[in-house]
Amino acid sequence: MSTTTDIKSSFISQYREFEKSLNGSAKGPLHQLRKEAMGIFEETGFPHAKNEEYKYSNIGKALEKQLAGQAITQASSLDAAGVQPFLFDELEANQLVFINGQYRPELSSLISNNSEVVIKELSEAYQEQPELVANALSKEANPATDAFLALNTAFVQHGIFLHVPDKAVVSQPIVLHFISDSSRGTTTSQPRNLFLIGKSAQISVVEAFHSVGEQSSFTNIVTTIDVKENAQVDYFKLQTEQDNSLQVNTTQVQQEANSRFTATTITLGGGLVRNNLNIAQNASNIESNMFGLYFLHGKQHVDNHTVVDHRKPHCQSNELYKGIMDDASTGVFNGKIFVRQEAQKTNAFQSNKNILLSDNATINTKPQLEIWADDVKCSHGATTGQIDEEQVFYLRARGISEESARAMLLYAFAADIIDQISIEPLKARFLKFLSDKLQTQI
Amino acid sequence: MLSINNLQASINGEPILKGINLEVKAGEVHAIMGPNGSGKSTLASVLAGREEYEVTGGTATFKGKDLLDLAPEDRAREGVFLAFQYPIEIPGVSSTNFLKTAINQVREYRGQAPLDAVSFLKIVKEKMKLVEIDQSLLNRSLNEGFSGGEKKRNEIFQMAMLEPTLSILDETDSGLDIDALRIVANGVNKLKRPDNATIVVTHYQRLLDYIVPDFVHVLYKGRIVKSGTKELALELEERGYDWIKEEADNIKA
Ligand SMILES: Nc1ncnc2c1ncn2[C@@H]1O[C@H](COP(=O)(O)OP(=O)(O)OP(=O)(O)O)[C@@H](O)[C@H]1O
Ligand SMILES: [Mg+2]
Repeated sequence: MSTTTDIKSSFISQYREFEKSLNGSAKGPLHQLRKEAMGIFEETGFPHAKNEEYKYSNIGKALEKQLAGQAITQASSLDAAGVQPFLFDELEANQLVFINGQYRPELSSLISNNSEVVIKELSEAYQEQPELVANALSKEANPATDAFLALNTAFVQHGIFLHVPDKAVVSQPIVLHFISDSSRGTTTSQPRNLFLIGKSAQISVVEAFHSVGEQSSFTNIVTTIDVKENAQVDYFKLQTEQDNSLQVNTTQVQQEANSRFTATTITLGGGLVRNNLNIAQNASNIESNMFGLYFLHGKQHVDNHTVVDHRKPHCQSNELYKGIMDDASTGVFNGKIFVRQEAQKTNAFQSNKNILLSDNATINTKPQLEIWADDVKCSHGATTGQIDEEQVFYLRARGISEESARAMLLYAFAADIIDQISIEPLKARFLKFLSDKLQTQI
Repeated sequence: MLSINNLQASINGEPILKGINLEVKAGEVHAIMGPNGSGKSTLASVLAGREEYEVTGGTATFKGKDLLDLAPEDRAREGVFLAFQYPIEIPGVSSTNFLKTAINQVREYRGQAPLDAVSFLKIVKEKMKLVEIDQSLLNRSLNEGFSGGEKKRNEIFQMAMLEPTLSILDETDSGLDIDALRIVANGVNKLKRPDNATIVVTHYQRLLDYIVPDFVHVLYKGRIVKSGTKELALELEERGYDWIKEEADNIKA
């Protein structure tokens, strides 16, 4: 018996319950998707320890340890006051709150005009346009490619459907707050977001992950983003969950000609976090940017897997991930760059820089370039080091304490990723999270 | 103010300073000269508290305190300032934030209230004028991409901001153009007070035309082998170091 059999069967029985609860709505194209996905999951289960993609992150095992035998609940008594500290009030933005995977309209505020952006709960969007939603869900993410994608698809029901019409410029960012509240018991949630960004449209979206409560929580979220011709999308992920939280966070991006997509993934919290960022460039003159920052303590384990698939000529991708690992934490970075034979004149740049603050901290970093075209510019590099002691001395020689000197240098290293955010209040909020983490760290 | 007695230090087990004796009183300017590799920067580093150097013997007392016992930041807070021969670049740390943190931590150590933003900026403006440093440099990360001369000028600017009682300038003149040399030297002179002192490490008489030393010392193979007044520097300029090396090597032999 493999170690993850129990947890697998508990998700299978969760699925049966879920299916029952759907009653009459267990028909139609969406449920067809669910059933297929569950079939795949039942067959493959969680990734095996030998699975190359999950070599350093045995999530099935972690789930087994934290969730097996636990009664799962979606219940939460969080009210407006309880949610308040998580909201980005200084930002003029749409703020949508999910608690344990359930959308909570009474805690959310929508300020953007309907002509700029349509924001709907996924199930509502599905009721209105079943074919469109089901098609988009199946087209953007093939459950056969990944166990967590399959699992999420099997449970697909809630999430956010965003549609930005052609040429619309959404002036206020959309902030999605996903709060895991395990105060009333172990909780799991599997939100599914679907963003359709029209031609020449522009939007900024933030996904923020928070958690409260003493029990374990598991979030398995999938976001698919369709970026049409000439569109510009800034997409931020801020992960500040507690150490008793597990998360698998998958983002699938399809880009069309002349579009620009920038993802910034900042991970400061969470016991076990796995991020999958997959970008497909389907036409020419596309720009894809991937920035990441992870700052880990204790036994945190954070794994960032990124894929950019250069399929057409004259595109570029830029990737910079930075990590700081303290205590006995583990960072994993795997960056794949595919350059297909047709993708001549590709410019791909990748860099992963790490600072280890402790002898017990680990980083596993692996760039993976697979290039079939001959006229391309690709570069990649990974560094792992310590804080520069010469720099520490310089600062101390000016009267700055050793502690402050180290904090300043780490802040400088990390803030680099956040500094390029152009929405000032968002940048300030992220920098605040970073300096808070530094203060508790050092 | 500073009293160094038979100070010995080594790095990686290799002895570099082999018994330094030096007495610096308030109001004085001391010049330290000597051939490359003789230990001038090592002496400066040991006084500032660089941890790679192991002090193997002797003492250094600063304003009655055992300097060698203090952490580098506490030496700075007590009033020791080292203008580095090779100031390093610190990308991502803003010059302004750095200065503010430094000044306020020094003030805290001395029991003074932190400077508010307005008074801080006022002092920055004032001191910028003193060393004629450009605002655009301060808007950048600390020393990042600064030219050699700009880095040196920034060192003296920091010195002006921190108002030390003992300044050690390690070859601050090298890399400065003729105008910058005059400006930096004038800055140092303007900061001179009866209750502070300066040690200038230099290879060239030219700097000493501006910053006139009370004493000149020659460091050779980890020892001060000759001391004199400003005339000694002129003589060195003319004759080089060979005669001093000979003298010193003969005495030892
Ligand atoms: N980290 C180190 N490891 C080994 N040797 C060192 C180290 N630092 C300095 N030294 C040696 O110590 C000696 C003194 O060096 P120091 O930098 O003090 O000379 P200096 O008098 O300042 O020379 P210069 O005029 O060239 O600046 C030199 O021989 C140098 O090579
Ligand atoms: Mg030197």
